[in-house]
Amino acid sequence: MIKTESISKKKYLLKKIFSSHNIGDFIFERLTLLFAVSVFLLVLLMGYEMYEGSKLSIEKFGWSFLVNSTWDPVQEIYGALPIIYGTIVSSFLALIISLPLSIGVAIFLAEVAPPWLEKPLSFLVELLAGIPSVIYGLWGIFVLVPWIRNDVEPYLSDKLGFLPFFRGAPYGFGLLAAVLILSIMVLPIISSISRDVLKSVPHSQREAALALGATKWQSTIIVLKDAKSGILGATMLGFGRAIGETMAVTMVIGNRALISPSLFDPSYTMASVIANEFTEATSEMYLSALIQLALVLFVITIIINAFARLLVWSMSRKWKTV
Amino acid sequence: MKLRTIISVLFLALSISSVANAQLQLNGAGATFPGVIYSKWFDEYKNATGIQFNYQAIGSGGGIKQITEGTVDFGATDGPMNDKQLAEAKSKQGTDVLHIPTVMGAVVVCYNLPGAKGLNLDGATLSDIFLGKILKWNDAAIKKLNPKLNLPDKSIVVAHRSDGSGTTFIFTDYLTKVSEGWETKVGTGTSVNWPVGLGGKGNEGVAGLVKQMEGSIGYVELAYAVKNKILYANMKNKAGKFVEATFASVSAAAEGAAKNMPADLRVSITDADGKDSYPISGFTWLLVYKNMKDEAKANALVKFLKWAMGKGQSFATELYYAPLPKAVVKMCEKNIATITANGKKIK
Repeated sequence: MIKTESISKKKYLLKKIFSSHNIGDFIFERLTLLFAVSVFLLVLLMGYEMYEGSKLSIEKFGWSFLVNSTWDPVQEIYGALPIIYGTIVSSFLALIISLPLSIGVAIFLAEVAPPWLEKPLSFLVELLAGIPSVIYGLWGIFVLVPWIRNDVEPYLSDKLGFLPFFRGAPYGFGLLAAVLILSIMVLPIISSISRDVLKSVPHSQREAALALGATKWQSTIIVLKDAKSGILGATMLGFGRAIGETMAVTMVIGNRALISPSLFDPSYTMASVIANEFTEATSEMYLSALIQLALVLFVITIIINAFARLLVWSMSRKWKTV
Repeated sequence: MKLRTIISVLFLALSISSVANAQLQLNGAGATFPGVIYSKWFDEYKNATGIQFNYQAIGSGGGIKQITEGTVDFGATDGPMNDKQLAEAKSKQGTDVLHIPTVMGAVVVCYNLPGAKGLNLDGATLSDIFLGKILKWNDAAIKKLNPKLNLPDKSIVVAHRSDGSGTTFIFTDYLTKVSEGWETKVGTGTSVNWPVGLGGKGNEGVAGLVKQMEGSIGYVELAYAVKNKILYANMKNKAGKFVEATFASVSAAAEGAAKNMPADLRVSITDADGKDSYPISGFTWLLVYKNMKDEAKANALVKFLKWAMGKGQSFATELYYAPLPKAVVKMCEKNIATITANGKKIK
């Protein structure tokens, strides 16, 4: 009974294989499925490995790891709050600066620029994305930081010194430098993807709008609405780059775990702490705390991505119902 | 077709010969600070004997971890292993881990204060600066040490290493020894919780901070400061004399500490005795197993260590490291002689 069943099952499978257009398609389909699943497995495995590696510190510190603000490798007390704060604030502020700029660049390239200007400009923007971050860091140390120290910070504290964000000694190195350098690094990613997204909106949309008497600007707004989810995706990619950026940030941020409202003060990010301290972390607990920091970064990235997906999803649903 | 056979034969011959050459290869990993002299040593030694050493400068933490796990033949570190780590290594590998000092480095206090060449500092003042207690250059404590200098009414900007490093270990070890406030508040480590200041990545990062900001003070390796001609302070040593960091004054510190050095050579030589000793200096160590399982490797390693204690030391100063003084070399040789292969002595 069982045997015949299994044979018939086999036959059925074989039939299915050959009845589909050809065997190549079948293999191809399964192969791509395997690849897709392996990405998922990789993420799970990474999460698991980091959890395993950080067990020691998770057991000792628990949730206090996230709210405690002392990071002291000598006393073996690890609290990551100022580091998490520095990471999120620097990335977020960088996005605030670079998002309008990038979308402006994208609109110009996709909608306004004549072809003879668009090609070289797009090329330059993409080139900006390809520059290694250590080069940005060096440029930051030698050009950006002195400029911030000598011109920007004195000016800001003079004009806006009544706000808590612009107080303190003008070192040049600090949160402000990191934010500016991150916004420059994020700009090419958001703008080049947004440009592609804008270009992929069907031409008929623009033509329809123009035919109804819309101005160039009004038709661009319609195109932007269509491209909304894509632009959001680009923004998330940019945020991902900012939050994980290590080298350029650590070269200019001043590297001190500190929560301060002032943009002039030094700060620290998770990726920088890990890169800086991992090699000489001699004790088990220290290593474990650093891996836990990586886990926190991992989870934050996942949460932000999931949040963005949700946003895109809810927005596209709204669009369908309208 | 013919060409292909020739190529494959050639390739085969090549691979066989390389296998024959690479018969003995010793793998090591650890500290980055002595990386330059180690690669010079391994290169010279390979040319002389044909024995190949593969050293990866992955950091002291990695060196200790790998020797504990038994994935390398030798490790290297800038800060000695503590008792707990030694016990763990012994329980995992079934043998003790020996510390063999190889060369010495020093940490200098660099500063950026135009017109203030030859600044004098002592331990208490230095620790107060790095604790954030002394905030201005014309503070009474600094003035007292430098009656001749015209010190400005300028804020002090402290710069320190942001990455974990042996340099920080030596520097904080010194401050811990000379200042009680530092000991209770910060302590000794490859990374510490700095009370004030900006962090720069690597020697070049700290030097960059100091160079850019007038009124700043930081610390870098002596080798780095000498190579890049950075201004650094004279430090007051235990004997009360202001000493400039030189290879001679660093070696003098080791000599001063040699008299009461423990047999396992895990010792800090900061704030050492002796009137010519520079107070912020330290050893860097190779970590080796006391009993090795592979006889050929044990033979090679012991021979190399003996060579490093002898001819090897002559390469030190040209690469900006301070050589070990005679007294310390003797102690090292005594410890090297205790290395065994499967319990048997090595000739």
